[in-house]
Amino acid sequence: MNWVWFYRLGSPLWFYQTTTRWLPWLGLLAFILLTIGLVWGLGFAPQDAKQGNSFRIIYMHVPASFLALAGYFLMATAGAIGLIWKMKLSYMVMKAAAPIGAALTFLALFTGAVWGKPTWGSYWVWDARITSMLILLFLYFGVLALQYAFHNEEASNKASAILALIGTVNIPIIYKSVDWWYTLHQPSTIKLTSAPSMHPDMFQPLLVMILGFYCFYVVALCLFTRVEILRRERKTGWVGDLVGELNGSTEGKRQ
Amino acid sequence: MKVQFQTINQILDMGGHGFYVWSAVFVTLTVLIGLIVRPLLQHKTVLNQVSQDLAREKLRKKTAGEGN
Repeated sequence: MNWVWFYRLGSPLWFYQTTTRWLPWLGLLAFILLTIGLVWGLGFAPQDAKQGNSFRIIYMHVPASFLALAGYFLMATAGAIGLIWKMKLSYMVMKAAAPIGAALTFLALFTGAVWGKPTWGSYWVWDARITSMLILLFLYFGVLALQYAFHNEEASNKASAILALIGTVNIPIIYKSVDWWYTLHQPSTIKLTSAPSMHPDMFQPLLVMILGFYCFYVVALCLFTRVEILRRERKTGWVGDLVGELNGSTEGKRQ
Repeated sequence: MKVQFQTINQILDMGGHGFYVWSAVFVTLTVLIGLIVRPLLQHKTVLNQVSQDLAREKLRKKTAGEGN
């Protein structure tokens, strides 16, 4: 089997150059999808018969929760690849995924709280789903904190990766929490194995929002990874060339 | 598919749930914009630092050359 692509994927320079080319387009796509999804969901989707307009929070809550979980899985996988193959880029991706995941988990908890108040009468309950999401937030914080806990970069990368891997135990618990325990949180609206328990008029904008969040996540992850690449490769020739090119072009404009 | 609200007030009020819905929208947009702006600013900072380092290196080499 030809493994060239695998090694090329591990090259920070290759990653940087490729993302420079297609990031603007992906960013535009994410912006368009999120704008359409949000306007559609907030202004055009029909009201929920029981929850009224507060249900519209679903258009932010569900995509943010999806990506908070998928992002954790990605972070742990990147950590595992780093541990096994010692791939530099993989650790950079792991490091980049931590702040994004923490922000999205916070978003899931916040939108859940402002949805809970009009629906359950309380901003916060110690329900299985919500508590396990809070643990997810702390796991992200833990991975972030371990990055600064060691002077040796190798050691902090390894420690972060191991914590991320151990934390994956929490992921199936979050998924299954609404089935295993009697919870206030409603069961999943979307299941892979059956039709969504939602009217298509409500479901279609949600699908657009989820797609938009996925695109957004890739853009944000690439942007954070690029910063990490530049930081670690700042002494190398190609970063110097890049800076030279940028300075050359601005000087050219001034003249 | 039809528009659910007729006036600006109806949009803001959302049948009494306006505060909850709009605070969710506000916080979501703030977090998403922050996740794009922060790495872009950091990217710029790193490039500026590298640029300064290179300029200093160039100056050092130049003065060292004059000394000889």
